[in-house]
Amino acid sequence: MENVSRSIRTNAAERVVGFIGYGVIGLFSICCLLPFVLVLGTSFTAENTIQKYGFNFWPKDFSTFAYKIVFENPDYVIGAYGVTAAITILGTILGLFVVAMTGYALQRPDFSYRNNISFLIYFTTLFSGGLVPFYLLITQYLSLKDNYLAVLLPGLLSPFLIIMMKAFVASIPHAITESAKIDGAGDFTIFVRLILPMTTPALATIGLFIALGYWNEWYHAMLFLSADMKYRPLQLFLYNVITSADFIRNSSASSNVPLRDMPLESMKMATAIVATGPVILFFPFVQRYFIKGITVGAVKG
Amino acid sequence: MQTTESIALKQKTPYAGISRTKKLWNNRTLLLMCSPAILFFIIFAYLPMPGLYLAFIKYNYSDGIFRSMFVGFDNFRFLVINGDLWRLTVNTILYNLAFIILGNVLQIVVAVLLNELRKKWFKKVAQTFMFLPYFISAVLIGLIAYNFLSYDYGILNSVLESLGFNPVKTYSDPHIWPFIIVLVYLWQTTGYGSIVYFAAIMGLDSEIIEAAEIDGANAFKRIIHIIIPWLKPTFIILLLFSLGGILKGNFGLFYNLVGASNTMLFPTTDIIETYVFRSLMNNFNFSMGSAVSLYQSVFGFIIVVSSNWFVKKVSPENSLF
Repeated sequence: MENVSRSIRTNAAERVVGFIGYGVIGLFSICCLLPFVLVLGTSFTAENTIQKYGFNFWPKDFSTFAYKIVFENPDYVIGAYGVTAAITILGTILGLFVVAMTGYALQRPDFSYRNNISFLIYFTTLFSGGLVPFYLLITQYLSLKDNYLAVLLPGLLSPFLIIMMKAFVASIPHAITESAKIDGAGDFTIFVRLILPMTTPALATIGLFIALGYWNEWYHAMLFLSADMKYRPLQLFLYNVITSADFIRNSSASSNVPLRDMPLESMKMATAIVATGPVILFFPFVQRYFIKGITVGAVKG
Repeated sequence: MQTTESIALKQKTPYAGISRTKKLWNNRTLLLMCSPAILFFIIFAYLPMPGLYLAFIKYNYSDGIFRSMFVGFDNFRFLVINGDLWRLTVNTILYNLAFIILGNVLQIVVAVLLNELRKKWFKKVAQTFMFLPYFISAVLIGLIAYNFLSYDYGILNSVLESLGFNPVKTYSDPHIWPFIIVLVYLWQTTGYGSIVYFAAIMGLDSEIIEAAEIDGANAFKRIIHIIIPWLKPTFIILLLFSLGGILKGNFGLFYNLVGASNTMLFPTTDIIETYVFRSLMNNFNFSMGSAVSLYQSVFGFIIVVSSNWFVKKVSPENSLF
């Protein structure tokens, strides 16, 4: 009898916790998704409806006019896509190679300088020169103002990714490297022929972190690329559409739509959808790699 | 006698016996493999450091760095007297404290509740949705906030008006911004941050939970007496690490939410990063910006070293150096 009542009580507690769990998690998940629905909905809403009723999750008055205007000058959008895609692909390949190579070398117990170099890299997270000297370095000493390299180069590596790679490589027994050395293989050959094929999940994870960083990169682009460059990275392009009316005025002139009829609000949203769409469509398929990277990286800070 | 001597010699050789050049030569390939990264950090992280000399001069564009007037600590004195340094420090630290404390609490709640869900598909879908905000750029975060907060078209005012309240002028009321910024931060990072805690729960031996169930522990007791204590070390370590970065602000978030010109909001939203950015791009006051950066770096360094010292006491295997 006592046993039965206990199991009923246990079940009641399970049910309450389950109820709270589904409720809280479900609600929070919806809150995470809704803003995207809002941006999407607004991008398909006719401008005068927005002016009358404000932004809405569901377009009261469906219109693709904003997208038409965005693609009226396909040069800008396609150029932005091209620049971002080129920087992302190039930067990811280059950055991934350097991160993997460095991570492997620094994880080798027989490498005499590994502590010195690890410290050299780690110290940069503790102390930095700050924005002003960095800005002067890029613009005056390296003369990279309005040069895509100013976006590509600073995003290549980060101490965080090198530490993550070290943590991944640490799971490969050193004996593999040693036996290859006995067979006469050089360090670089071992890295390329043996280590790289064994670390493909790690490479996928780190590559995706780098690629996401480049796709969403806006900070260096805003600092070093001026708004009158024709082909700007996507996020800077989006930023300019949001903050300045220049682009909108240009579109209005070339598309023969009078300025007062320009879909100012819905155009911002349409541009945002165009700039973010690929990431959102792609992300469900690769999120497990990010999860892996976060759990591995967190262990070592 | 001879044998001990030869042993001593052998033990010495890897260190003292081999000359510096020989050591370099033996490590040449690995050194070469590290050289792109070393070059990268020297150029982008170490070369700018001497530039902090700007903090001690009155930088004048036409004179350049070396012929501008040296003023010692005058820039710092100015920042202290006009109250900027104090305001920036308070804002940056308070925001970070809110981010760290509320963030970790929410992440733990989400991870614990996620672990209680039995329906696999629900778990998967929920995780995907909660992770989504982490993948978008700071620019879009700013736009999303605008969607909710815009005076004329925002959802917030639509809802307020339909309930019979007066609309709020969000973008000119500094008092509500701490709430907005913390809310947006939590929205973006909770799903991402809960992954670490969720992984920690997965590492919990299921036998312990089964044993507790046999002993009659219900779901509440299981959470309070087993899972939460199990997460404590993870929580403490993450807390101490984030305390190390308490003077570092999230520029992208603040800049895209508030903007560079909305001075009305600055009293409650200006952090070190946004101030330095404006002193560079809007006011061209390179020296003042550098002074704030130097202050941030030096104090940040002290905080990291002391929090690391503390981590070493709590759990030596997790200390950074």
